[in-house]
Amino acid sequence: MTCLPSHTDKRLGLVIDLDTCVGCQACVTACKEWNTGGHMGPLTDIDPYGGHVDGVWFNRVHSYEHVTEMGGRTVNFPRSCLHCETPACVTVCPTGASYKRASDGIVLIDEDKCIGCKLCSWACPYGAREFDTDVGVMKKCTLCVDRIYNDNLAEGDRVPACVAACPTSARHFGDLGDPQSPISHLVAERGGVDLMPELGYRPTNKYLPPRAHTQRAASVPAKALEPVRAEGGFLGWVDRMLSS
Amino acid sequence: MHPAFSVVFFTTATGAGYGLLALLGVLGPLGFIAPDFWPGFVGMGLALGLIAAGLLSSTGHLGRPERAWRAFSQWRSSWLSREGVASVATFIPAGLFGLGWVILGRLDGWVAAAGLLAAICAVITVCMTGMIYASLKPVAQWHSPYTLPGYLVFSAMSGCVLMNALLQGFALASKTLLAASVLLTLLGWGWKLATWRHNDRLEIPTNANTATGLAGGTVRSLEWPHTEENYLLKEMGFRIARKHAAKLRLITQALAFGVPILLLVAALALPWPIAALVSALAAIVQFAGMLVERWLFFAEAKHTVMLYYGR
Ligand code: SF4
Ligand code: SF4
Repeated sequence: MTCLPSHTDKRLGLVIDLDTCVGCQACVTACKEWNTGGHMGPLTDIDPYGGHVDGVWFNRVHSYEHVTEMGGRTVNFPRSCLHCETPACVTVCPTGASYKRASDGIVLIDEDKCIGCKLCSWACPYGAREFDTDVGVMKKCTLCVDRIYNDNLAEGDRVPACVAACPTSARHFGDLGDPQSPISHLVAERGGVDLMPELGYRPTNKYLPPRAHTQRAASVPAKALEPVRAEGGFLGWVDRMLSS
Repeated sequence: MHPAFSVVFFTTATGAGYGLLALLGVLGPLGFIAPDFWPGFVGMGLALGLIAAGLLSSTGHLGRPERAWRAFSQWRSSWLSREGVASVATFIPAGLFGLGWVILGRLDGWVAAAGLLAAICAVITVCMTGMIYASLKPVAQWHSPYTLPGYLVFSAMSGCVLMNALLQGFALASKTLLAASVLLTLLGWGWKLATWRHNDRLEIPTNANTATGLAGGTVRSLEWPHTEENYLLKEMGFRIARKHAAKLRLITQALAFGVPILLLVAALALPWPIAALVSALAAIVQFAGMLVERWLFFAEAKHTVMLYYGR
């Protein structure tokens, strides 16, 4: 049913720290690696070794330059499904393939029902849905439903693959519907924000803005490099001989 | 947005087909046309043929067309599903109306009722098509008060010009219908100009700052996540050069509105066989013009996801 649940018991999602993300793409490859064999697999690659590589990815990391009066900085920005509370991607779906779970708020696609009309990808402002031209159906992030409830994994591993892979702990997973959860505290503490809140999709995932520039860090200007000039004398002669 | 030909043709053809069907359904029972075989056969054939061709073409856009039947299930939330249901439902009164007219040779009683019902269904279906686009918030040029009325106006316009060509063909010419065709084409022209004006001045609150959550200052894309074009860029990243857009807008205005108006006015003054030919030409030229208009409707629409790519 593509009508949205009026209430979800949990609101599972991610919190992404733009301050600590170093843009290493580990989450991107970990996601692809897990999910190509997972719930929505395969994540088809078209012409993977040719000149026009294309394929399905659930998570993509952009890099931006953010310039304010405080100065400029590079911000790495992972982009994936935000598991919105009122996502039009679900309501526009004519087949019932797209749905939002009432239990945990995860937005999923039933691949066996999808007709590949692509309308849901038009309705998602965030570009979180990618069409698999090989299978003819739409694909998207599952929040690793096949990991987070997986009894075969050690309890500590029951988090999305991207969260497990992040070397700087820039990605956090938890219940954003519970104001007492550690992840909700993190959002409150760091002033986590919604992406494109003006469109009214009410994303579950939050982004933690980079921390303010600080004056506390010691400023240690490096010594200027010595100018390269031709040496005279014996050492100069040796240098010239060895350089020739 | 990428202007896929299957969708461009689909919306143009069904728009004209439903417009013609609605006019036949109303004007037939009103006694505007005699219940003769040939006008009914050709008219209903043309209307239902355009609709069927459009619907078939739309399935060409699907990744899994063999599952298309599933699209009738989610009418409670999805405009696309509602459009599917409405388009199929329209075939029932339209089919009865066509049979009554063509086989039984009557346009009164239940045939008239079926005609009126078909007209209502046709209008509803066009509304559903318009709402598919008008409801999409990520595309500001579509999520606008101009979209739904636009679909209705263009459907009425192309339907009326087709109807005029049809009746002229059977020497059933009517000055009223000719005048209505000219007026509706003028209305369509005005609406398109107003839409373009609105879109060109659009101030969109969504920008790279709100898209990334990075408040203040400027946000510039340094590096994409991939080196080659991906699905998002191919589907949503279609860009049309400004100078081409300007030229195509001129072509649209000439083919969809300007030339048909001249031809229709000429048909007013010309004697029968020539007036019929000129009327048919007006309908054909307008259809081509509407294909260009619909192509531009997609090509000029910008999706918010492109903000992530700095486009
Ligand atoms: S991010 Fe896009 S695909 Fe994910 S729930 Fe929101 S609208 Fe749907
Ligand atoms: S592409 Fe599939 S999931 Fe998306 S709207 Fe169409 S049928 Fe639904």
